[in-house]
Amino acid sequence: MAFRLKLVPAHTEFDFFRHQWLTFWAAMIATVLSALSMFWPGLSFGIDFKGGTTIRTETSQVLDVAAYRQSLETLNLGDVVIAEVFDPNFRADQHVATIRIQAQGEGPSAMGGEQIAGVETALKTIDPAVRIVSTESVGPKVSGELIWTAVWSAIATIIGIMIYIWIRFEWQFAVGTAIGLIHDLFLTIGLFVVFQIKFDLSIVAALLTILSFSVNDKVVVFDRLRENLIKFKTMPLRDVMNLSVNETLARTVATSVTTLLALVPLLVLGGDVIRGFVFAMVWGVFVGTYSSIFISKNIVLMLGVNRDKKKVDPSTKIFGDKVEVMDADNRG
Amino acid sequence: MLLFPLWKRIFILGLCVIGLIFVAPNLFYKTVEAHNDAITAQERSGMLTDEQAVARTGWPDWLPSGLVNLGLDLRGGAHLLAEVHLNDVYKARMDGLWPELRRLLAAERGTIGSIRRLSSDPGEIRIQIGNAAGLARAVEVAKTLATPVVTLTGVGQNDIDVTAQGDTLTIRLSDAEKASTDDRTMQQSLEIVRRRVDAAGTREPTIMRQGSDRILIEVPGIGSAAELKALIGTTAKLTFHQVVGRATSADQAPGAGQEVRPDANEAGLYYILETLPVVSGDELTDARPETDQNGMPSVGFRFNTAGARAFGDYTASHIGEPFAIVLDGKVISAPVIQTHIAGGSGIITGRFDVQQATDLALLLRAGALPAGMTFLEERTIGPELGADSVQAGVYASIVGFSAVVIFMIASYGLFGFFASVALAFNIIFIIAFMSVIGATLTMPGIAGIVLTMGTAVDANVLIFERMREELRRGRNPVRAFELGFEKAMSAIVDANVTHFMVGMILFVLGAGPVRGFAVTLLIGIIASVFTALWLVRMMIADWYRWRRPKTLVV
Repeated sequence: MAFRLKLVPAHTEFDFFRHQWLTFWAAMIATVLSALSMFWPGLSFGIDFKGGTTIRTETSQVLDVAAYRQSLETLNLGDVVIAEVFDPNFRADQHVATIRIQAQGEGPSAMGGEQIAGVETALKTIDPAVRIVSTESVGPKVSGELIWTAVWSAIATIIGIMIYIWIRFEWQFAVGTAIGLIHDLFLTIGLFVVFQIKFDLSIVAALLTILSFSVNDKVVVFDRLRENLIKFKTMPLRDVMNLSVNETLARTVATSVTTLLALVPLLVLGGDVIRGFVFAMVWGVFVGTYSSIFISKNIVLMLGVNRDKKKVDPSTKIFGDKVEVMDADNRG
Repeated sequence: MLLFPLWKRIFILGLCVIGLIFVAPNLFYKTVEAHNDAITAQERSGMLTDEQAVARTGWPDWLPSGLVNLGLDLRGGAHLLAEVHLNDVYKARMDGLWPELRRLLAAERGTIGSIRRLSSDPGEIRIQIGNAAGLARAVEVAKTLATPVVTLTGVGQNDIDVTAQGDTLTIRLSDAEKASTDDRTMQQSLEIVRRRVDAAGTREPTIMRQGSDRILIEVPGIGSAAELKALIGTTAKLTFHQVVGRATSADQAPGAGQEVRPDANEAGLYYILETLPVVSGDELTDARPETDQNGMPSVGFRFNTAGARAFGDYTASHIGEPFAIVLDGKVISAPVIQTHIAGGSGIITGRFDVQQATDLALLLRAGALPAGMTFLEERTIGPELGADSVQAGVYASIVGFSAVVIFMIASYGLFGFFASVALAFNIIFIIAFMSVIGATLTMPGIAGIVLTMGTAVDANVLIFERMREELRRGRNPVRAFELGFEKAMSAIVDANVTHFMVGMILFVLGAGPVRGFAVTLLIGIIASVFTALWLVRMMIADWYRWRRPKTLVV
């Protein structure tokens, strides 16, 4: 037999409910804590949500953040955050900093070119080699709207997924999926609070992607559960669930691994511009997989499933030629 | 099962070949880009420089030449989100209405008494009349100015609402008229912004309406948002006014209905003008750089019929008097009218050099923005940062792809290799499709492709794992092969439908880079279903018929 890399043995019999008080309840508590952490200590919002200006500078000289700060003090820009950026891709003489400036004034408009030119002039006095490579400025009016766009898109996504799962499976599965997704969402937000990583619009996109990855995982487990519920009519629900998760474990691990194998190089080599975005997705692979195995199906177990009334797999209607398979299955 | 109908085989292979053909231009990005630019230049000016001619022949015309557009974050450029002040137009409408209204009301002075315009919101006219008893008549007179609005929703509505209270008459635009005015203002603004940006000759600008009163402008390759703003914000509002007199300072008090404007060339010289223009730049149909009789650069212009009549009448009755050509609030020239200018064409002489004359003609042609704008968002991305991002993205994608391929082959052997070929085609399809529809690739878009690499093999993993299970249950290879595909189907469908749904939400709600991510994700999902289900299936079936293995090891 040829060599095969097997991360999961062919046959496993893990009891995924055994330490439920830890694997389920601790995760639930972590979810609630993460949700609370949004208010205190709070997310480090990027300018997309807070308004203001981000300027990215590059210089061949060694960076002195304190000197930068001092040179900008005379401009009276209010709250200014300066941070040096490090990245393995940078050349030896490439020193990058980001300067974040609070929204100026009460008006709706973004920071104009003159003010940015003023910042450049001020920086040039301490480092003539400094260049501004990118600027982003968002007025407070837009940023306020963007927060709501983000919140609505997350809610719309979860509701859309719930409806789909409800149609395809049972309402219990929809609730289980939704709670699993909320777990993924808040734990990712919690991570951004803990590390105070800049939370901007692209992170919201990453969050929604995490949701779709996570629901992907849950659907596979539920799909197998549905199949096994028909096959093993008398087996207790808890055992059918364990069996289903064990049977799909190899696939769950393999898919998580391929996704990570693709994402990790992007995290390391993809540059700092996109790092927060990729970081959120990498983390999402972990929480999504976790909630599939330890959260969603626990909810379904709590709610119970009506095992007399089974929904027929609707894909037979779409893809046809399934009757033959069923026959073959019964023969085998 | 193992027999693939010929049409299906041709279809699958055909799609793969088409994918390869359409992805090809992207491998020669610089060459094809130069080729496309040369064609655009040829369409625009009708001729080519030697360099462009070489570039044109650098890529054969019969091959597809669609490229993936690189987004601002990868190419560098500027992004602006502008809010259009729709109220500006209401004010202009009201101010335009006032002279006519005053004339009509003045004719009724017998019943109405004296009339006085009160200060009011910019979008309305408030008039106090001397004789409150005549208010009904005043309303009647004012209403004669109303015209019905022709819109689907505003049936039966007039364009202005006239209300009366005490001795005051208030006139404002009706809601239906406001709605249709807003729409016109937005379309006009979009068109003018588009023409100005196009005139600067930048490649692939994105100019689109967002929401009710916003315009999103993205221009790759431009130096900064400030530069773009200058390009758009140059209003070039041209008007022709009657000159009342000269002044030496801006503080000089003008008479009623008059204003003081500075001279564009001489400091300390001011003109007192009638506020209401004789003709305005809106009525220009053409403007082009010319030279005047002294061989100096100047700008020739031509009015439309209404403008030509107004201008002709005015010049006929004011021979020997000066009139002022005002550009953006400054008097660029104040010639004396020599003769009756019929035919509606004329020439603006000022102290221009050739470049200024060319620019002015261009700005006049593009017309004035109907309303002011506030810029809510400004972003500039330098070209070096973009180039760095492209390189990092490509490098990371190659490493990620290799890692996934190694894992798949290590886990599933030959079948893993088949899945890897499918994955390669998946990426080819994403890029080919984006090239064909001219979609924009952004940095998050690259992340979307990378994510697709990780998740696209999921369908194959599901199938292969299912085959293993069926083999373990002692089924023969062909049965295991069939069951693997068919039993995994419902999970694959559910997983991809939910994935697609999220992609759609991202596409609808996201803007800019996020939308770029959604685009690659959506195309990737469709491509992955095709490659994982059909392409892999065909490869396995062919392999099986060729080798006829007694046992199957997945």
